[in-house]
Amino acid sequence: MADEALFQFLHSELIQYIYKSGANGETENGKNITKLEAMGFRVGQGLIERFTKETPRFKDELDVMKFICKDFWTCLFKKQIDNLRTNHQGIYVLQDNSFRLLSQLSAGKQYLEHAPKYLAFTCGLVRGGLSDLGLKSVVTAEVAGMPACKFQVMIQKA
Amino acid sequence: MSRQSNRTTDNKKMNSELFTLTYGALVTQLCKDYENDEEVNKQLDKMGYNIGVRLIEDFLARSSVGRCQDFRETADVIAKVAFKMYLGVTPSVTNWSPAGDEFSLVLESNPLVDFVELPDNHNVLIYSNLLCGVLRGALEMVQMAVDVRFAQDTLRGDNVTEIRMKFIKRIEENLPAGDE
Repeated sequence: MADEALFQFLHSELIQYIYKSGANGETENGKNITKLEAMGFRVGQGLIERFTKETPRFKDELDVMKFICKDFWTCLFKKQIDNLRTNHQGIYVLQDNSFRLLSQLSAGKQYLEHAPKYLAFTCGLVRGGLSDLGLKSVVTAEVAGMPACKFQVMIQKA
Repeated sequence: MSRQSNRTTDNKKMNSELFTLTYGALVTQLCKDYENDEEVNKQLDKMGYNIGVRLIEDFLARSSVGRCQDFRETADVIAKVAFKMYLGVTPSVTNWSPAGDEFSLVLESNPLVDFVELPDNHNVLIYSNLLCGVLRGALEMVQMAVDVRFAQDTLRGDNVTEIRMKFIKRIEENLPAGDE
């Protein structure tokens, strides 16, 4: 039963490591984000596989998204997504008003540019989870004011 | 049919799986980035150290344990309070050296390796080496220099996981001269 603090520290070490091993610069930043996202993807796949072992089949896409917002989020971050919006055409916006992994950062504007690092892994988690539930997607995140953030999920129609 | 009624998954368990799997992703990445396993071990230890020096504050704040009188008490606190709190397991403290400066933490199960099998070409890799770093870093913050290493590892076919800890010295705080 790993305590949550342990995960948070591990998560920030992970970011530290990825950013130290790659050089700096705009393109490198993108690469690092991709790396973190890919790691999250793999973890998300593993988690959802174990997590949905006992759950009944999902009705539809929206049902899956609700599951991600409620159960998945609660297990990982001890709270639900605060707001879920959709255009009913495959785009979902998940808003978390106080995202766990940003809560350790200063809330002002000063570190806003560093926020994407702290969200990449989670974007991967969501994409990995959805992929194992049969939904191919692109997940991006944006932060307007910490510690609130929005994840945008675009479902890719086959 | 409501899905709610069927929800049996234990939140805490889920959270520990998040940690275990994330750790696995990290080790995988390190193995990709470094050519030999010794470098990976070193890197894991270093990252553990960084976590340890920060984790100790969280630990002291939450557990409200006081100062330890001797190394034996430290060993007990590590095993019974710290491991229990962060990993949900309680290792046994055994194999004390006659001088009382060295002991083993024996884990029946190691949560870090829940889903892990080591491929043959990684026989030098100490998968859970992060733990050594965490212990070293945390104890350094309470003025104790220790040497921590894995003596046995279930991943390599041993029956239990054994972490060996050796007390090296008490770190004196260097106060500026005349500042008492």
